[in-house]
Amino acid sequence: MAEDLTLTSVTKSFGAFTAVDDLDLTVPQGSFFALLGPSGCGKTTTLRMVAGLEEPTSGTIALGDADITRLKPYRRPVNTVFQSYALFPHLTIADNVAFGLRRQGRKDVDARVTEMLELVELVELRKRRPAQLSGGQQQRVALARALINQPKVLLLDEPLGALDLKLRRQMQIELKRIQTEVGLTFVHVTHDQEEAMTMADTVAVMNEGRIEQMGAPEELYEAPATTFVANFLGQSNLVSGKVLGPDGSVLRLDVHGARIDAGTARARVTDGDVWVGVRPEKMQLSDPGEDFRDGDNVLPDGEISDVSFVGVSTQYLVRMRWGQELTAFEQNTGARRRFRVGDKVDLHWNPDHTFLLDASQDASAGAVVEDE
Amino acid sequence: MSAAGNLPVGLVDAPTARSQGGRRGLAGYLLLLPGALWLLLFFVVPTVTLVATSLYDPSGSLQTGYAMTGHWQNYVDSIRDYLPQIVRSLLYALTATVVCIILGYPLAYAIAFKAGRWKNLMLVAVIAPFFTSFLVRTLSWQYLLGDNEVLVSVLRALHVLGPDGHLLATPFAVVTGLSYNFLPFMVLPLYASLEKVDPRLIEAGADLYAAPFTAFRKITLPLSMPGLVAGTLLTFIPAAGDYINSELLGNPQTRMIGNEIQDLFGAGDYPTAAALSVSLMAAIVLLVFFYVRRAGTEELV
Repeated sequence: MAEDLTLTSVTKSFGAFTAVDDLDLTVPQGSFFALLGPSGCGKTTTLRMVAGLEEPTSGTIALGDADITRLKPYRRPVNTVFQSYALFPHLTIADNVAFGLRRQGRKDVDARVTEMLELVELVELRKRRPAQLSGGQQQRVALARALINQPKVLLLDEPLGALDLKLRRQMQIELKRIQTEVGLTFVHVTHDQEEAMTMADTVAVMNEGRIEQMGAPEELYEAPATTFVANFLGQSNLVSGKVLGPDGSVLRLDVHGARIDAGTARARVTDGDVWVGVRPEKMQLSDPGEDFRDGDNVLPDGEISDVSFVGVSTQYLVRMRWGQELTAFEQNTGARRRFRVGDKVDLHWNPDHTFLLDASQDASAGAVVEDE
Repeated sequence: MSAAGNLPVGLVDAPTARSQGGRRGLAGYLLLLPGALWLLLFFVVPTVTLVATSLYDPSGSLQTGYAMTGHWQNYVDSIRDYLPQIVRSLLYALTATVVCIILGYPLAYAIAFKAGRWKNLMLVAVIAPFFTSFLVRTLSWQYLLGDNEVLVSVLRALHVLGPDGHLLATPFAVVTGLSYNFLPFMVLPLYASLEKVDPRLIEAGADLYAAPFTAFRKITLPLSMPGLVAGTLLTFIPAAGDYINSELLGNPQTRMIGNEIQDLFGAGDYPTAAALSVSLMAAIVLLVFFYVRRAGTEELV
């Protein structure tokens, strides 16, 4: 609780548009927290309110016991790594990094700047100007410039968005290492679900100004709470079904005539119409009628409509009797045979890997934004 | 000049350039030709003529003609005779430049950052005076500052001015005229510079513990230096050589070097007038050189 960042019913409206809607959020001290969502979901606005660059329309923001809702940005113990980096073009790298310390009138600025530049491995570039650096180097300067102030909370606004894929992966690991090393609270805003899952201890998925679900990456992935989370975080097969009733530790369901089971642990609804969700990598294919594995859920009578070879896996699209196309990933271990377009198959998966969602939600929510 | 000389190299790709080395060289010089002719005609010839004239024998006249005697004493004599006017010109120009910065910076800042949808209107308002002649606008200040006009009456009533104090025909009027006439030359380059300052940098400053005024001092001001330097040069240089404002708004004690040069040319004393012109030019070049070095703008983006 000591220095937790707490947002309590925070709302931010721009005219008639509500960017952040009655948001409650607690970021524990020392954690790596990711705010994940599509563009326009209010994640950056939330970050800017924590930084003090926007004022909430209502609600409070507290750091430990101190209410910082109306505190000017230059009085907050919070620093930001901006998406554009916003490095000062007229100052050298060393002066950029020293900027915050100098404003606070701290001592031994030079020694600490050197220390920080060593951490981000840029000591030999200290006399350069930002324009003379590559994107990745600029990103590290921006990080050093914020970190050197030892803020209570470090905010990262899509700081890796401008880097190419390889560099981005490298910086993700780097950032995670630095966070573990300095032990500060990091709040990372991103629309890249892979980035959020790789780096963060806790991920909050935001949509339309609200938090859809918050938890550890595995938890969000394996047991999504809404169709939006199911589609935005990875891919999901969502099939409409109906709960027939409980049977011991499982729920019995009817899915287009087939009988399947679902573990109660991942069931958000336990009766009536539901979305039956399965992750594509949990699905396996077999020849029709083949007795594949005991206790598996089986959806029979599919026909393969597309095969794409991705290297580590093969992605199959399977058209079901009712016209829907389901996705299945099979690992290319060599142990299983490949199927071809037009093959008739059954789909199998473990009942525990089934999640049930409210049927009133839009099954395609969050899916389109995927590869923005 | 060197930049223009390099230009053709950039225009032709390397392999072609190597095989057609001769043609490339010729094309480069041909491209330089219009610029070189222009410079020759409008810069080199007048400057050489002016310097030559300044070295003529002063005992000549327009009727009898001047002899080229390399009479460098023209410089010593003219500077000795007209030193007060030279110093006055530089002082007035400096004062007007400072006034332009004080008035122009906030105006340019407001247009760049605060004007919103009024931005274009405000820019037009800055430029609109150019639609009227410089002379007419300066003459209108005779009227504004006149003894029987509102401003003087009010100032007299407030005892800022004595009962027979006036504004017209004073150094104040001349500096006011200079400031008024050159203000747009300060505002426009400043605006262009400030406009380019990324507001996100100021946010970053605030995030890094810079209170608004500190952020201005450490971020906005340094980033607007190119505009400030350009504005200062565009104001100071023409103001130092101006004679219209002193002619129309001043008195015999406010005469600037421009007035004297104008009179000397009128009176046919070409060598002295030319020597004064060259001296003024040299003085300004020297001042500008040290100013630009000092401001260190070459390091700015």
